[in-house]
Amino acid sequence: MDGEGQRAAASWENGTLAPVDRLRSERADSPTPGLVEGTEPGAGQKSAMFVHAQSFEDLTAEAEEEARRETELDKSGECADDLKALEEQHSNDVSSEARTKEEDVSSEAWRSHRKHVFVLSEAGKPIYTRYGTEEALSSTMGVMMALVSFVEAEKNIIRSIHADGCKVVFLTKSPLVLVGVSRTCQSDKELLRELQYIYYQIVSLLTLTQLNHIFQHKQNYDLRRLLAGSEYLTDNLLHRLDRDPGLLLSAVTCLPLPSSSRDVVSSSLQAAKSKSLVFSILLAGDRLVTLVRKKDQFLHHIDLHLVFNLVGSSSSFREGEGWTPICLPKFNTAGFFHAHISYLEPASELCLILVSTDREDFFNMSDCKKRFLERLSKRTAYTALKEALKCPSYSVAQVGIPELRHFLYKSKSSGLYTSPEFPEVYQSDEEQERLMGLYQDLHSCLHHPTRPLRSFYRCSESENLLAWVTSGFELYLCFSPLGTKALAVSAVTKLLKWIRKEEDRLFILSPLTY
Amino acid sequence: MVLLGGSGVGKSSLAMRFGRDEFYTTSPTVGCAYMTRVVHLSDVTLRFEIWDTAGQEKYHSVTPLYYRGAHAALLVYDISKRETFIRAQMWLKELENQYIQGSTVIWLVGNKGDLAQNRQVSVQEGQGLASHKGLFFIETSALSGEHISELLQSVAHRVYESIGGHQGGLSEWQETPIVELQHRDTSNPFASCCKVGP
Repeated sequence: MDGEGQRAAASWENGTLAPVDRLRSERADSPTPGLVEGTEPGAGQKSAMFVHAQSFEDLTAEAEEEARRETELDKSGECADDLKALEEQHSNDVSSEARTKEEDVSSEAWRSHRKHVFVLSEAGKPIYTRYGTEEALSSTMGVMMALVSFVEAEKNIIRSIHADGCKVVFLTKSPLVLVGVSRTCQSDKELLRELQYIYYQIVSLLTLTQLNHIFQHKQNYDLRRLLAGSEYLTDNLLHRLDRDPGLLLSAVTCLPLPSSSRDVVSSSLQAAKSKSLVFSILLAGDRLVTLVRKKDQFLHHIDLHLVFNLVGSSSSFREGEGWTPICLPKFNTAGFFHAHISYLEPASELCLILVSTDREDFFNMSDCKKRFLERLSKRTAYTALKEALKCPSYSVAQVGIPELRHFLYKSKSSGLYTSPEFPEVYQSDEEQERLMGLYQDLHSCLHHPTRPLRSFYRCSESENLLAWVTSGFELYLCFSPLGTKALAVSAVTKLLKWIRKEEDRLFILSPLTY
Repeated sequence: MVLLGGSGVGKSSLAMRFGRDEFYTTSPTVGCAYMTRVVHLSDVTLRFEIWDTAGQEKYHSVTPLYYRGAHAALLVYDISKRETFIRAQMWLKELENQYIQGSTVIWLVGNKGDLAQNRQVSVQEGQGLASHKGLFFIETSALSGEHISELLQSVAHRVYESIGGHQGGLSEWQETPIVELQHRDTSNPFASCCKVGP
């Protein structure tokens, strides 16, 4: 498999992928254009917008370290059976209150969910469950906590239980314990990554300082009191984890927009600054239009995804201007930023998020928005932007590779990815989730903790898949099942050329600071 | 004007009725939503700046920002949920520590009048608490729109009366001269939530 990767790499080196016109001078110096970080298609010209990190590793690094320190503990059979028995035993005696996610936790339907997520306190108190009610699960969560502490008592850490087609993954993030139970074929590492996201979601609502403070004072505190009314954020985040390639790739996608228009939008945003303003983010649905940041301050893609989740999950910002404390855990787990969130026009998809450090700064932020909108609406770029909103994605047919059905391309140095809309064959939700599942599989092979792969080709009945990672980019391609490996490899070169040609439109090449 | 009350009692729905006279189900407010609404009385026009706060407990620490210096506070509860009535009383206690006698008019609003068949808080109870504490009382339904415009009109009247004597909202600005100096040019409504407009 690696051989394939090298062959494709060789075909690069004839220089056909040299950057287009104005970029050529800066980028062509690289001996292997596109293969060196920072020269791949979609890489920003100046500095990156985001915290520059090996993002996937970044999420799992801590867990890996723990793993190295501790011997892996795979308890099979027995233990899981105990767990199951206990679940059965206890789930009948609790009457659950009226709630939309009310579901009988003793039912087969509840058991057969693909992926469960539980959050509990170190005292074993339930905090969150994806399905059913926490009340009904208090004894099950008690068992989970018992397992964690039992292993801890032996100076060890429980990481996962594999049994009966199920993976049970544990993540201890004092003062919280997160448990994932999955029937999917995702690796432990992938599941841990998802639990990390959930952990950060909770921190973003409360800050870690507050969490620690609460549990130091009262170990058996019921955290649901503070999270009440926000469960939908976690629900939505879990839904996104199943569907959004951005969360998988640790990257963000942009609204395709001519770079001239994007530059005007960015500079209008840059001009509407204020002393306490740290980040100005303009979103179109789930796509980034532009992001302007304070010099030397970087936003982490996880934080950005949490912001996306907050904005995308709530309709309340449609009514007037929102002003909310928000912790960006990758930036600082200790404190709150204050975000001014509003849509540019009542029915518009364009949402502006102004992140400030000062909680009394609402009217300054409101004024920044006004100034930005005034400035922008005078320019033709605003019309171009609204025009671009009508087709927020593109068809894979534009690339001109008939066998290619879908792809994900991530530029590592800019932290941005691009992907066409799903083709006909993947129109249903189940099919899209299945394809995402395949990508997740490839992703976990490429990022295997001990045996990472550089490239991977897989044939199956319904599609052929190719994944390739270099120091500059990650690429996942989905071909029709009739394609061949040679064809797939040649498609890579063609696709990268196309992305290079379109990079002005698909990526943010010149991010601005105030 | 600031809307206070427990989670899910219908503060945002009331605010939406004030603003657009529409009703649809909202998702929980995140932090706080700000909107403005112009009310015409017979001889003056008032511009209300409405702070629709989130009822969730985790946002409690920030709510004082909004009710500090407000001219009108609506304490909203759900007539079909007793606990929200108790929560409204807690909000009242908190307000009493903060507001300046005579400059903030407080309404006790029993919302969800359309759920009268599941009523857990009687009209007499609401009325009783209101008269005991010197509040105004009304029952509304954001769903049907019942008593919404009456509420807004009477709030406007009372606010106008209470600030009519002094100019604008200057009485409480004098109480906090530092805030005034800092925020006068940005007309910070944390200090003054409602101005007599053109």
